[in-house]
Amino acid sequence: MEAQTKKGLALPYDADIGATPSTLRKRIRKNLDLYLCLTPGLVYFFIFCYIPMFGLLIAFKDYNIFQGVLKSPWNHFAYFKEMVHLPDLYKIIRNTLMLNVLGLIFGFPAPIVLAILLNEVRSKYFKRVTQSLLYLPHFMSWVLMGGMIYALLSPKYGIVNQLLQAIGLQPIYFMGENAWWVTVFIGSGIWAGAGWGTIIYLAAMTTLDPHLYESASIDGAGRWKKIIHITLPGIMPTVVVLLILNVGHMVSIGFEQPYALMNPLVMDVADVLSTYIYDLGIRQGGFGLTTAIGLLQSAVNLALVVGANYAANRMGREGIW
Amino acid sequence: MSERTDAAAVGPRYRSRRRRYSGWDAGFHIFNYLIIGLIAFLCIFPFVNTIANAFSSSHAIQSGKVTLWPVDFQLDAMKSVFWDDNVIRSMFVTIYVTVVGTAINMALTILTAYPLSRRDLAGRKYFMNYMIFTMMFGGGLIPSYLLNKELGLLNTLWAIMIPGAISAFNVIIMKSFFQNMPEELRDAALMDGCGNIRYLARIVLPLSGAVMATIGLFYAVGHWNSYMGAVIMIDDPDLYTLQVRLRNILLLSQMDTSLEVMQQQGKLQVIEESLKAATAVFATAPILVVYPFLQKYFVKGSFLGSVKG
Repeated sequence: MEAQTKKGLALPYDADIGATPSTLRKRIRKNLDLYLCLTPGLVYFFIFCYIPMFGLLIAFKDYNIFQGVLKSPWNHFAYFKEMVHLPDLYKIIRNTLMLNVLGLIFGFPAPIVLAILLNEVRSKYFKRVTQSLLYLPHFMSWVLMGGMIYALLSPKYGIVNQLLQAIGLQPIYFMGENAWWVTVFIGSGIWAGAGWGTIIYLAAMTTLDPHLYESASIDGAGRWKKIIHITLPGIMPTVVVLLILNVGHMVSIGFEQPYALMNPLVMDVADVLSTYIYDLGIRQGGFGLTTAIGLLQSAVNLALVVGANYAANRMGREGIW
Repeated sequence: MSERTDAAAVGPRYRSRRRRYSGWDAGFHIFNYLIIGLIAFLCIFPFVNTIANAFSSSHAIQSGKVTLWPVDFQLDAMKSVFWDDNVIRSMFVTIYVTVVGTAINMALTILTAYPLSRRDLAGRKYFMNYMIFTMMFGGGLIPSYLLNKELGLLNTLWAIMIPGAISAFNVIIMKSFFQNMPEELRDAALMDGCGNIRYLARIVLPLSGAVMATIGLFYAVGHWNSYMGAVIMIDDPDLYTLQVRLRNILLLSQMDTSLEVMQQQGKLQVIEESLKAATAVFATAPILVVYPFLQKYFVKGSFLGSVKG
């Protein structure tokens, strides 16, 4: 025992492998203050992340506030059976998927195109100013964005409809018609995210070898050819990884954007999982049922994220972990 | 002569910039500047329009005369926002949440990230996995809500500051930054008898100003803009944050517009468009004011995130 401790002492302080029990103890004792630092964080994750996971049990129980999670009786999957017969749920899932898929189709290429255009700008001043303007919406709250969208598209006073009328068209009630509402939702997502999304692609472009562009010029390639044959292939790894990670988030949708944009006229397309769970769970007190829905959503989400990361790693790229 | 060598030193990009554009390329360039200019303008137009609206008469707004600058300039709307006790109280609530919340965020994020950045921390891998798992799976809204209820946080400002106190994502960014500090620095400090905590406080933190500013700004903007937490956890009007107050003011008119369409008539009282705009400007002004100065930190943060996301 004594000998082992001595051996432990002889090891360099940050030896990572071959830790015998006593060297392990030694290493822990030496960094006791670090563990103390780490404790609040570990406790935080335990209370606010792991206890709610344990709280998912109420999806399988007749939850009753007075009896608590543990003592409430099991209910033999009653919520899951109820869920199948919930007519709204199909609509909610369809809306969530529809908005996410359309957001991917139109929202995903937007920052790529924008980044390519920005990359071709040679005036540093022009580039810096436009980038500042393009990033700005990312830092605005959805409450404000929603308010501005409603004001701009208002059928009576909104500037868009006044333009339409000025060129002799009928005013459109954008926020009151399903198809238009979906268009506005996707468009507002692009408005908020496309500029900010360019950063990662611009970073990828700065790593491309300038000699490639030069030799292409010597061979007589114009801007367009250089974009197609050098820039695009160069950022393709980044594009693939981001695409895969985006697919991993197909069943999760934020709360604030749909909540800020929805109104009673368009609930057929605007009601999504997050807003539905909020309304049915917290406003109407259907805790068990909405927890069951949330559990399914989390499970599918986990499967997609793990699958996406696996796919990203398989492509020889670094995933998220 | 010297200009030539300079150009060669900076690299081929610099040189190609000197070349005159011709034909296709010239066309492409003009088109490119126009299109980016247009997109940037469209991006920013709603904000400019809202600011113009805040200082225009409601009549001018409703007749569609206001686009980029105020028409029939007035300050009444802004004044009435400043005289509205509810809005001012909400502003203080939001300032409190932003300041205290960000302080809690930063303290906990640093304390979590630093130990995890140390390769000699036994069990580091398990702690990392323990944290990363929470990024992939969670209890969801209802169990979290019930937990806050059990803890008695509901209807207190703690409910919007504590449950999101640490972002695992930010811990990872900060951890990677700490990891990139030279090991020799710590060796030297240890040699002089400096403990872990003192090393963190005296050497690591003073050297990580940029990453601290960036992550602090992300947390602060998040608190300022956050709406969901406040709307779910807080019913007490005295504790409404600025975003909730703004939403309520905007919503009034939004409901009016849909009612108008449903009833096909415009008899409802004319909404104070300029008042709405003024509240929006008031609630957003702090971000607009600091944005131009701090933008580089925001962008830096995004780079940090993309290095190892």
